[in-house]
Amino acid sequence: MNSGSLAFRVPELDVKPFADEAFLNRDYLRAAFRSMLRARVLENKLSSLYKAGKIVGGVYLGRGQEAVSACLGAALIQGKDFFAPLIRDQAGRDAFGEPMIDCTRTYLGSVLGPMRGRDGNIHRGRPKNGMPAMISHLGAQVSLVAGMLFAKRQKGELAGVVGATCIGDGATSTGAFHEGLNLAAMEKLPLVIVIANNQFAYSTPTDRQFACRDLVEKARGYGVAGHVVDGTDLLACASVIGNAVKRAREGGGPQMIVAHLLRLSGHGEHDDGSYVPDTLKAGHYGRDCLEIAIQQLVAQGYATAEEIQTWQDETAEEVQRAVAQAQQEPTPDPFTEDWRALSTRFS
Amino acid sequence: MSVTYIDAIREAQAKLLREDPRVFLYGQDIATFGGAFKATKGLAEEFPGRVYDAPISEDAMIGLAVGAAIEGMRPIVEMQFADFSSVAFNQIVNQAATHFYRTGVPVPLTVRLPSGGTPGSGPFHSQSMESIYAHYPGLVVLTPATVTDAYHMLLDGVALDDPVIYCEHKFLYRWLKAKSINGEHLPIGQARITRPGKHATVVAYSAMVHEAIRAADRLQEEGGWEIEVVDLRSVKPLDMDTVLASVARTGRLLAVGEAFPWGGVTAEVVARVAAEGFHLLDAPPMRLNARDTPVPYHPKLWAAHRPTPESIAVAIRQLLSF
Repeated sequence: MNSGSLAFRVPELDVKPFADEAFLNRDYLRAAFRSMLRARVLENKLSSLYKAGKIVGGVYLGRGQEAVSACLGAALIQGKDFFAPLIRDQAGRDAFGEPMIDCTRTYLGSVLGPMRGRDGNIHRGRPKNGMPAMISHLGAQVSLVAGMLFAKRQKGELAGVVGATCIGDGATSTGAFHEGLNLAAMEKLPLVIVIANNQFAYSTPTDRQFACRDLVEKARGYGVAGHVVDGTDLLACASVIGNAVKRAREGGGPQMIVAHLLRLSGHGEHDDGSYVPDTLKAGHYGRDCLEIAIQQLVAQGYATAEEIQTWQDETAEEVQRAVAQAQQEPTPDPFTEDWRALSTRFS
Repeated sequence: MSVTYIDAIREAQAKLLREDPRVFLYGQDIATFGGAFKATKGLAEEFPGRVYDAPISEDAMIGLAVGAAIEGMRPIVEMQFADFSSVAFNQIVNQAATHFYRTGVPVPLTVRLPSGGTPGSGPFHSQSMESIYAHYPGLVVLTPATVTDAYHMLLDGVALDDPVIYCEHKFLYRWLKAKSINGEHLPIGQARITRPGKHATVVAYSAMVHEAIRAADRLQEEGGWEIEVVDLRSVKPLDMDTVLASVARTGRLLAVGEAFPWGGVTAEVVARVAAEGFHLLDAPPMRLNARDTPVPYHPKLWAAHRPTPESIAVAIRQLLSF
């Protein structure tokens, strides 16, 4: 059903790495990669649990976006920065410091998780730890992160702080994205927005989403610094995303990064993504960023194949423990649930 | 020396800015210009760095307020007109209103909605949105009808840890005056018996309280009827104890609101009285609202669109004759 006539907008990238290569260092790359790996192993397990009927609702994977997400999360400092992840940011969440148990507890409905069964799957966060919990309405987190930064400015605590959020190609069509980014730019806030152009918003290809040649062209219109990166390339992501965060931190104003890649899964695990043409899967962006990252780390001497295998084995055990623990924990009880939406107790 | 309703709103904001460093104001044209209705006149000069002009981005204005509230601030957002809050609807009902229940972290923000009709304002500068927001869990919806309430309920609303929709009536801004802003201070969630009576209860809020009092005065003059007027003050929480106690005394209920007639605050009041106080009623409970059309522009049409002392009096006579 998918013809080759769809005009997929997958540009030839001319990625100019920042002159400052501070982020091409061993610790940062290893941290980002470990979060990529941990996300992949965890999400494979979540997919299995979903298919076995153990997870109610949906499961949304970040497969193919781990390099982008992890490089953002690893460039941020938990306890200081803000990170508003979106659907496909398990790797970034992990790199930012979200405990794996928060993920399994939320997917499995444990009452001990941060959302206590009141919200599920990727709609989780710990706002007081700098990670707000996304709502489903795309674009809405952009102005929210701007507001968190605005509060820091009001308190005189903004110096050196960055607020970051992720979004997909589809969400760039929303009014909330436009309003939020325009406001953040007008307020000159240190906001970093990473747009994962994964070629599809659910099933809709980008030629039914926008008419510009490349989404990064929008940055100029907002008065925001724009950067493009090959999202399948860990080293490129580390350089471009890491340095964009650094620029924002140093007072360079809002930064937009457009990462080109391909979603290597359906929209959710209920969706087989059969509408993605084989030509796209076989092309440059169809390559798996995790495999590329392994090649890069080993070739550059940042990690050995044995180390990576060890990390993978350790992660598999950690995932088993996190799933088993969440499965043993109590689920919410409608009879003892506090059915009140306000914190105020009116007499 | 008198104080108007809008003076009270300005004074409350000045006091909040003076006494609470967490408070800031964000809204269109509210800084140097002082706001479309001058509710923030002079505040930008008096409190530098605390009063901000916003871009015409209602969605992002509320998103910013939620983010700032998470980080410990107490933002007050002025919507230029309540009608324009429809652009911010998503951030209000999905982001702000769900936040405490989902995450356990309350978001103390206040949205000021210049509400209700004035002659010549037309379909997009006249709306009453309180029923829409009251429908959603997680919001406090305030509808002050007096100068004192405009002052104290804004102070008390900002002090709450939850998102507050503060519906201020544009018709009352300069028309409504009091000797002082320090009148009777009731807590949020408590209705007021504005005019005691024994033959029928009229439940109203915001500007309709004053129209109901006029209607009650007429019935007093024409037949000695003693009509009790209950001012809800806040539509969420809704003080059903006061309403039911009044109906228990009078046996008759008319609920009056300026919003559109399908559903809403008056429907909620009538439904709850019918469900919880059916045995108290001597007559079928009645509702009176605006007409089921957009709010018209022309003053002659506008005056016949909303409830008036005349139409309220007609409804009360019908209620009394049952």
